[in-house]
Parts: sequence; structure tokens; C-alpha cells
Amino acid sequence: MSHVVIIGNGIAGITAARHIRKFSDKKITVISAETEYFFSRTALMYVFMGHMKLEHTQPYENWFWEKNRIELKQAYIDEVDFKNKALFSVEGEEITYDQLILATGSVTNFRGWKGQELKGVQGLVSKQDLELLEENSANLTHAVIVGGGLIGVELAEMLHTRNIEVTMLVRENHFWGSVLPAEEGKLISDHIQQHGINLLFETELDEIIPDENKHVKAITTKDRKQIDCQLVGVATGVKPNISFLKNTELETEIGILVNRNLETNIPDVYAIGDCAQQREAIGNRKSVEAVWYTGRMMGEAVAQTICGNPAAYNPGNWFNSAKFFDIEYQTYGWVFPKKKEGVTDFYWEDKKNQRALHFQYKTNSKEFLGINAFGIRLRHEVVDTWLTEKISIENVIQQLPKANFDKEFSKKFSKQVQKSFQQSQLQKA
Amino acid sequence: MSRVQYNMALSGQPPQELTVAQKVFVFVGMLGLLVFLLATFNFQFPNKTLWLSLSLGAISVGTIGFSWSLYANKSSGIKNDGVWFKSLTSRGLWAWVFGILITLFYVVLYFFPQYLGLNADAENTGLIALFDPLSKMLSGNPASQWFVYGTLYTLSILLFGIKFIWKYRHSRYEIIRTISVMFFQTAFAFIIPELMARLNGESLQLPYYDLKNIWPLNYYNFEQYRIDGFLNSGTIGLALLIFGVISIFVITPILTYKYGKRWYCSWVCGCGGLAETAGDPFRHLSDKRQVAWKVERWIVHSVVVFVTLMTTAVIYSYLDYDAAKYWLNKDVFLGFVALLLTLVFGWAMLFRREELQKDAQYGAIGYFVIILGLIGIHFFFGNQLFLFQAETLRKTYAFLIGSVFSGVIGVGFYPIFGSRVWCRFGCPMAAILGFQQRLFSKFRISTNGGQCISCGNCSIYCEMGIDVRSYAQKGQNIVRSSCVGCGICAEVCPRGVLKLENDSPNGRINPKDVLLGNDVDLMNYVNQK
Repeated sequence: MSHVVIIGNGIAGITAARHIRKFSDKKITVISAETEYFFSRTALMYVFMGHMKLEHTQPYENWFWEKNRIELKQAYIDEVDFKNKALFSVEGEEITYDQLILATGSVTNFRGWKGQELKGVQGLVSKQDLELLEENSANLTHAVIVGGGLIGVELAEMLHTRNIEVTMLVRENHFWGSVLPAEEGKLISDHIQQHGINLLFETELDEIIPDENKHVKAITTKDRKQIDCQLVGVATGVKPNISFLKNTELETEIGILVNRNLETNIPDVYAIGDCAQQREAIGNRKSVEAVWYTGRMMGEAVAQTICGNPAAYNPGNWFNSAKFFDIEYQTYGWVFPKKKEGVTDFYWEDKKNQRALHFQYKTNSKEFLGINAFGIRLRHEVVDTWLTEKISIENVIQQLPKANFDKEFSKKFSKQVQKSFQQSQLQKA
Repeated sequence: MSRVQYNMALSGQPPQELTVAQKVFVFVGMLGLLVFLLATFNFQFPNKTLWLSLSLGAISVGTIGFSWSLYANKSSGIKNDGVWFKSLTSRGLWAWVFGILITLFYVVLYFFPQYLGLNADAENTGLIALFDPLSKMLSGNPASQWFVYGTLYTLSILLFGIKFIWKYRHSRYEIIRTISVMFFQTAFAFIIPELMARLNGESLQLPYYDLKNIWPLNYYNFEQYRIDGFLNSGTIGLALLIFGVISIFVITPILTYKYGKRWYCSWVCGCGGLAETAGDPFRHLSDKRQVAWKVERWIVHSVVVFVTLMTTAVIYSYLDYDAAKYWLNKDVFLGFVALLLTLVFGWAMLFRREELQKDAQYGAIGYFVIILGLIGIHFFFGNQLFLFQAETLRKTYAFLIGSVFSGVIGVGFYPIFGSRVWCRFGCPMAAILGFQQRLFSKFRISTNGGQCISCGNCSIYCEMGIDVRSYAQKGQNIVRSSCVGCGICAEVCPRGVLKLENDSPNGRINPKDVLLGNDVDLMNYVNQK
């Protein structure tokens, strides 16, 4: 019986384990240094805010693993001997494998700032980060968050529930400028500010200043402003957690390089989830995708390959979602943040109810390319079909009611959007 | 425990000091309760009408004011901050104090009403006497312990309903649903029955009838004294009796087919009404483990069997006594019961077998054989029907299920087991509606493609203990008999994954993994097993 070892018990590693069990009788071991059981990292913020306890973030009950013969091992692997197919833990334990799946996830991407090693400087990726935040927020009155993106707004919301004053440094002139076009960037920026968060746009961190205990005392920005604070939340993105694999024969760049079948350059070694980097990016996707569902899909694909049915990681139309304080966000297909040649925008906003839809389509063929939704839930199945069938923007606008996934009795939006679209077309003509 | 866990539990507390306004509102509310306490210990209030009004007014002002200070100045959205940090809502000291107090209140209410001032053959004293003026105004009669209870129950649903609406004011589904339960409780459970009692006289002897209470929730509806009452009240009485029967056999299945059991459980029902309003702060305490689900299925369906046996025995026991009044005789009635059960059993086994779990099939077969066996034994050997006296069955049911389960445990244990313990484990009405909802309905909670991130908010805030996440993360729709359609899973979901809806029955249940955004060929492989 061959032995599959998976390093990392996140969504990618656990999905792989579950599916390998479904399709084979192999021995499966999942190793994690972070926690004994699989939990949903996306829910860390809710634990801090008191919406749930840490054990509630575990999607499977503890008996599940033994019943499905998935062995869980809590250990920190710091060395891999690929030639002899052996792993070594910090404690010196040796674990051998026949097939190895690397699903080690991400770590916070510190950008080399002066003072980033100080106490009170941290990211939010792991359970340990959450514990650290709990400790760091004990006597906290003012926090600075570096980076206006998903983790940044989560951190802001978390600290806000403990009545801690929060200042966010945002590099662009609106929130999440690398992803959101200016219109919705403004909408979300306003909303975050309404919640009492200070947003400093076009501001970057320069240096973190310590007190006598090597703890954060203040930061300075590149435009030489000093802000007193006791916590610096680093939310400038994540990067693959692969430092323990450097200086081995495994090929890495930003992440572990894999082909479409998620195979690395070493036979019987695979990489999935946040730590994997596609040798060639797929469509408009990034070569490293740190997204929940892509981790899940890679886990499903690699399980097929390992069980003798070679399968490529072949994601369909891009989609994602998030929530910024009270405003939900969903996106399907591609909506580019900066104006793009040959692409036309149609933006609709309902200011009073904090709702917005942003469509993009090809200027010539009118082919629908993508949509951002704010404060509106869209039916994945319907929008996915629109994208796959490459239907025109007119058809999309016409079929909009079909895509409404808002709760029953919610205020409808389709008629307003249709009217606004007609007006925008008339103006163009 | 590791230091970290300790840290998480103790220092992880959000600022939760009461504001000045909140302190004032707590004080005002407590003053209102103080009047009740004094009345209970027979303090003689000079003007009962005035003091009752002052007391109810103070409680209302306190509760509404407190809710206002909690939510009115916050932006609309999910308000679950610190739920697991607060003692009252995380099974801490206050939860136990509160739970024990309510439990004791129920014990006194059900079993020792004399301590509340109910006196046999004499005027009311104590707390009950304080409510006499209101009762006389409505029904013309002095109050009983049930009138006091009904008043406080209705007031709770109204006051905490207002709080709930404030809390979920971003959601029209929640607002409309809550107004509905507030209306049905106030009009149907409280005011109309009292007014009906006022109409009673020589020609009219209507029993107390909350029209929205349907058998088997009002397990007593077909007891002899009530049937006599209906039949002695002319056309109105007959109409009410017929309404009672068709509400079980016609109205209920139609509405459940169209809207799911939520039309009743979270829009109309009084037990559900209290759970959704006063019980809302405790919804997350329900047990989500798979073993709890198993226990739930066995207990709640056993209660259905119990109430069916009990009611059959009770009706059977008084048939034939007055042939002029009851054209139905004992044998015809038993035959009818046997036929109905056989039809339901046969339909489920023939047409819905694949949707029943193994243990559900065994349980159904077992119970079916037992009931028909008992009826058969009775036919052929003429023994006591169901081996027990009908009256013994009735008393046992009334005590165990009607009082202890639905009242003492169902509400008293809100802060420990969550707000829907009775609805989930005990209510036979919920079980029957759930059976219809699972096997014959257009209602489902749709899962939105591949958007789920397994965060678990939906599961935690499900008051019925459904592990919603386990379906959502696989892309499956949630079609569960216990779902009461409160809609909170869809509220707390941060990614827009869940939607309650009534749609075509086809494709309602999708047992295979259907996660969108994935490679179609891969999904075919994945679903091969």
C-alpha cells in the first residue's frame, strides 16, 4: 500500500486527502504544524470578533479523520530529502513517503521595512497570527494597517469591534486599487470611513519606530508623517510558504513551479493551493492563486492524478467574493481596474442602498466580459453560463432578473439597471 | 488547557460596559418586574389597573429602550460581535442564572399555580390578581395563571420582536417574517380566544381555541370536552371543528408544499415566535454534532407516534357514547386511522424511499408494524386499545410532552441548549411538517455555485442545529426536514452563498458535488463515486 503524505492541512491539502480516500485505499498522512485539525482560515476574523469559537471553524467533526483513515500529524517539517523520499521534522522525526503533496499555503509578505521584526508587527494568516493578535491587542489604543486589500479590511473590522482606533495606509487613491475600478473603490472607501476607520490614500509605510522594549511605538510614512501606534498590521499580501524548500532540487520561483497536472520537477512530488505556481499562468489568472476555491479545485485535480487518472488543474470562469464591513462583494469573469483598450464599462450605483454593479464588455463585439456586484448577490450558475456562452451585454442586461440571488423580498434592482443601461447607450449614440 | 486558549476565552472580551442610557433602561425594566414580585408576595396595590399598566409600561420602555441603545446608532448589518464572549450568550454564569430562573417559573406555572395566586373557589390573589383587570376587559372573566402567562408571552414576542427587527433591519425577509409572528401571537393566540370566551353563553360553549394551533401541536383539540363544546355551539362550533380537521389534512400540506414548513414554524407559530424573538440571542447554542441529529430524528418521530396513539385512543374512548352526536363509531374510526397511516407509509416507502435514511426506513417500518399490530390485536382479541387506558396516555402525554418538554425544557433551557430545543426534538407538528417539507415541497435553501469558503457562520447561527456548511461547501442545496426557514444562515453568510426559495421540485435535491467554476470533466470523475 503506497503512502501519500500531504504537508499542510488547509483546504487544498484536506481536499486532496478526502478525494484520495474516496478513490483509493492508499495510506494517507496529513502533516501540519499549525493545528491538529483542519479549520477554515477564512473564519479567523469571526473568532476574534466573538461570532464563533475556534472549534466552530472546523468543517468536519474530530471523528471524521479516523473514520476515513486519514492520519493527522502535528509536526513542523523543516527538511525534505527528495532522493530518499523522506521528511524530517524539527524534532528529528523521519517520515517516508511514496507520493508527496506540498500544500503549505501562504505566509505574510513583509516587504523588508525597517523595524518589521519588532513586537507588535504582524500579519493575519494563521491561527498563531490570531493568537498573537489577541496578545497584541490587549493594551492597544491605536493600530496602523499597511495595505488596503482583503486582509487589511478584515483586520480593520476586527480591531474596530474592540474599540481600537484604526488607520489604514493605502497605496492607491482608493481602497483595493489593484483590483477594484475607481467607482467601486470610492464606494467601499466611503463605507469603510463611515465605520470610523481612518483611510490614508497614496500613503506608504517607510519605517517602524521602536520603544525601549523593542515594541512598536510609531510608524513614519514615505511623506514623512509620523503616526503613533502600538500595532502594525501587515496586509500587503501573502506569499507562498516555501522557505524550507529553498536549496533543494525542487524548482521554485515565487512558489513551487508546477505544470497543469500540478506536478513539480521531481517525480511523485506535487504542489497545490497557495504555495503552487503555474509555470504558465492560466488565462488572466495569476500564476500563484491564493484563493479558497482554487485550493479546493487543485486538491480535487491532484487526487485524480495520484489515483491513476491524470487530470489537469483546469479552472473555469474566474469568480470570487468578499465582504467589506457590511457590503458584500461578488465578482464573475474579469473586470479590469484600469481602463483597457477595446473594453467598455457600464457602471450602475444605488447610493442610498449602497449597491452597485459594474459590467465590462468588448467595445466592438459587445461580448460580456465580467461583472462586479456590491450589496447584491448574483446567481453563480447563471453568470457562469453567460460567460461560457459569451453572450452580449444587451442579453446580460435583459436577463439580469434571472441572476438575482438576493434574499426574498429584497429590493429589486434589474429595472433600474436596465433603464440606466438604455440611457447610457443613448448617450453614446 | 494551553495558555492561548485561556487567553482567547478571557482576555478576548470586547468592550461591553453598559452606557448610561442602557443602565437607565435596565433600571426602568427592573422596576416593572419589581411590581410583579411585590404582587406575587401579596403586596396590596391600591389600584390594580394603574399598577399593572405602569408595570407593563416600564418593562416595555426598558426593553425597547435597551434595544434602541444597542442597535439604533449602528450601521445596519450583522450584529454578532462578542456573542461568544458574553456570559449570558455563551453558557456562562448569567446564562445559568437566567435559565434556572425561567425553569423555576415554568415549574411554578405548570405545577404550583397557587403560589402565583390561583385559589380554588376563591378570588385570585397575588400576581394573578394583578392581571384581573386586563382579563376582565378582554374576556369578562378573572385572570388565570394561563392568562398571566399568555400576556407575558405575547409581550415578550412583541418587545423582543421589535429588538429583532432593529437588529436585522437590513433584511426585509426578517422584518416581514417578524411582523407576521408578532401579529399571529397577538391576534390569534391572545386577543381572539379571549374575545371568543366573551361570546360564550347559553347557545355558545366554545372551548378556548387558538386558531393557528393545529393538531398535533394542540394535542388536546379532539378531547371529548372540546368536541362537545364545538358541537353544542351551532354553526360556528361546527365550522371551527371542521377547520381544525382540514387545517391538518388540507391547509397544512398545501402551504408546506408551496413554501416549506417555514410558513408555520417561523411565520405563524407561537413557540417559534418566542424562539425567534426572545430566543434569538441563544440561537447559536444548538448542538451541531451529527449524533445530535440522530437523536433528534428518533425522539421527535417517537413523539409523533406517541401523540397519534394518544389521540386515537382518546377519540376512540368516547365514540359510541352518544350515537346521535357522533355518527362515527369506534370500528369505522379505527379503520380510518389504519387506512390513513397505511397510505402515508405506503406512499413514502414506494415513491420516496431513496430519500429516506436507513434508520428512517427501519424506524418507519417498526412504528408502522407496532401501530397496526396494536389495532389488529384490539380487533381480534378485544383488549384495551393500545394496552393502556386512554386517560393514562393522555395524562402522560400532557405531563411529559405538553408541560415538561415544551415549557420547562423548551423555554427554560434557552440559554443552555439554544432556542429551538422543543421545536427540534419535541414538536410533533414540526416533525409532520418536516416530513412533508423533506419529501413533498418546493422549498429549499439554494447554494450559490462554488462561492462557499466553509467559514461556518451558517452552521453556528442555525437554531435547529443543521450543519448548513456541510452542504454549502459541497455545492448542495439544503433540503432538511428540520429547517424552519428563519433565514438567518443566509443573513450571516459573508459570501452570498445561501438563498431560501420556493422553486420547481425538480433538481431541488442535488446529492452530488456540483461546484461551479470547476472543470466539467473533472467534476464528472469526482462524481463517479
